[in-house]
Amino acid sequence: MREELLTVIEKNSRIDLKELAVILGVQEVDVVNELAALEAEGVICGYHTLIDWEKTSNEKVSALIEVRVTPQRGQGFDKVAERIYRYPEVRSVYLMSGGYDLMVILEGKTLREVSSFVSDKLSTLDTVLSTATHFILKKYKDHGTVLSQIKEDEREMITP
Amino acid sequence: MRNPLADKVVEIKPSGIRKFFDIVSEMKDAISLGVGEPDFDTPWHIRDEGIYSLERGRTFYTSNSGLKELRQEISNYIRRKHGALYDPMTEVLITVGGSEAIDIGLRAMINPGEEVLIPQPSYVSYEPCAVLAGAKPVIINLKAENEFRLTAEELEAAITDKTKILILPFPNNPTGAIMEKKDLEAIAEVIRRHDIFVMSDEIYGELTYKEKHVSIIEIPGMKERTILINGFSKAYAMTGWRLGYACGPKEILQQMTKIHQFAIMCAPTTSQYAAVEALRNGDDDVAEMRTAYNQRRRFLMNAFREMKLECFEPYGAFYVFPCIKEFGMTSDEFATRFLEEEKVAVVPGTAFGDCGEGYLRISYAYSLENLKLAIGRLEHFITRLREEKKGN
Repeated sequence: MREELLTVIEKNSRIDLKELAVILGVQEVDVVNELAALEAEGVICGYHTLIDWEKTSNEKVSALIEVRVTPQRGQGFDKVAERIYRYPEVRSVYLMSGGYDLMVILEGKTLREVSSFVSDKLSTLDTVLSTATHFILKKYKDHGTVLSQIKEDEREMITP
Repeated sequence: MRNPLADKVVEIKPSGIRKFFDIVSEMKDAISLGVGEPDFDTPWHIRDEGIYSLERGRTFYTSNSGLKELRQEISNYIRRKHGALYDPMTEVLITVGGSEAIDIGLRAMINPGEEVLIPQPSYVSYEPCAVLAGAKPVIINLKAENEFRLTAEELEAAITDKTKILILPFPNNPTGAIMEKKDLEAIAEVIRRHDIFVMSDEIYGELTYKEKHVSIIEIPGMKERTILINGFSKAYAMTGWRLGYACGPKEILQQMTKIHQFAIMCAPTTSQYAAVEALRNGDDDVAEMRTAYNQRRRFLMNAFREMKLECFEPYGAFYVFPCIKEFGMTSDEFATRFLEEEKVAVVPGTAFGDCGEGYLRISYAYSLENLKLAIGRLEHFITRLREEKKGN
């Protein structure tokens, strides 16, 4: 049940427990216990909402920053990553293979806010060798969901 | 002017679904649970392969039997699923949907007056295709108490010395019934003893929710007397691509290919290239859709239990077939009133044979949100009907 449960709530974390139990074919109490276990084990890390901020009056700027760093003896990249992800404006940090080391996704209110984060905070870290900042112009698809799409049922109403 | 029409065709009743379709299409804000095709889009990698084939200019006829690569993939698929080997060169034919395979299979095998056994409720085209092929259709009325499976006794009772073919429509549209291995073994004994052939329509074969679908070709002595029909519509959500296939003994396939060659030429080329991709890399998509259907099936069964609507638990396809006899209306009356009063379209069981009287086909090829909305209205409707009945 674990994998199917996770697949369902990954797409819809607001589904009610009774309904979740029905569609998985198990008892509600089992769903409750399994969710508690998954939370305790850190498999479920949060229940977020996917928001297309562009459709609101709330302006946001996102940037994707490629960061090259010097790994530290005994701690590899983890310590550097921690220095970076502690900033609340940092949304995501990934360790990457290839031409750079860390990918940092940043969200700010204005372009200035994002660039000053990069120049004042990120670049000045001892271990950071270089950064390359890419501003995100438009989000088409996020977390598996196409943002602008309203899908209509194009099937005939009744077919054999 | 003289009558331009063929009596045989004029005498065929128009599909019961057609009439209902006309009412529904007049109604703008109706929601439907009446559709017999998946709600998923064809997985993108399959569509992409179709597009790529067009870009490369693969716009010509294929061989009459279909692309060799595709026949090979079908042969591999059946070996993988059912452990049976069909020679891709002589025992596999690509058709325009499973529908064409049904039609030409019957035409290739029937002599005038021979009988075709058709278990009902079942898909609407078997009976007319049998009539057009010159057969006498003999209906076997399946029963709710057997979960709409075909029993050896029912089969035995319908066989005469003119019986040539049994159509085996499982997993079943409209009931959602399946035949498990033990059920197939029981009828196989009768089939062998009376030396009849089987046309097994397994278009919903990927959509079972109890155990893996068992094909009748897996039962000893059955592969050599069976035309296995399948296709891409239901498993891969490819209805509009119109692509199916038939596998069977080469003497029969040879004659089917003859009809196919003169009537159709070959199945759509673009669809065939897309289908190769579906069979090579589509297993995960099928599994994902199957899981989603199963969740909806559980949701509906639970909703019926809660509203105390009688329904046997179906383990195949994407239909449930609840019984509405308690309301004292025909299926047609129920479906018409439900549509008019609650604006939800379902298909009366009678569209799939007279023995569908007292039942409705409800499709769960819809999102859970959609189903929830429609089932809310169903509950509302039957609560009202029960009150009306009490008042009388």
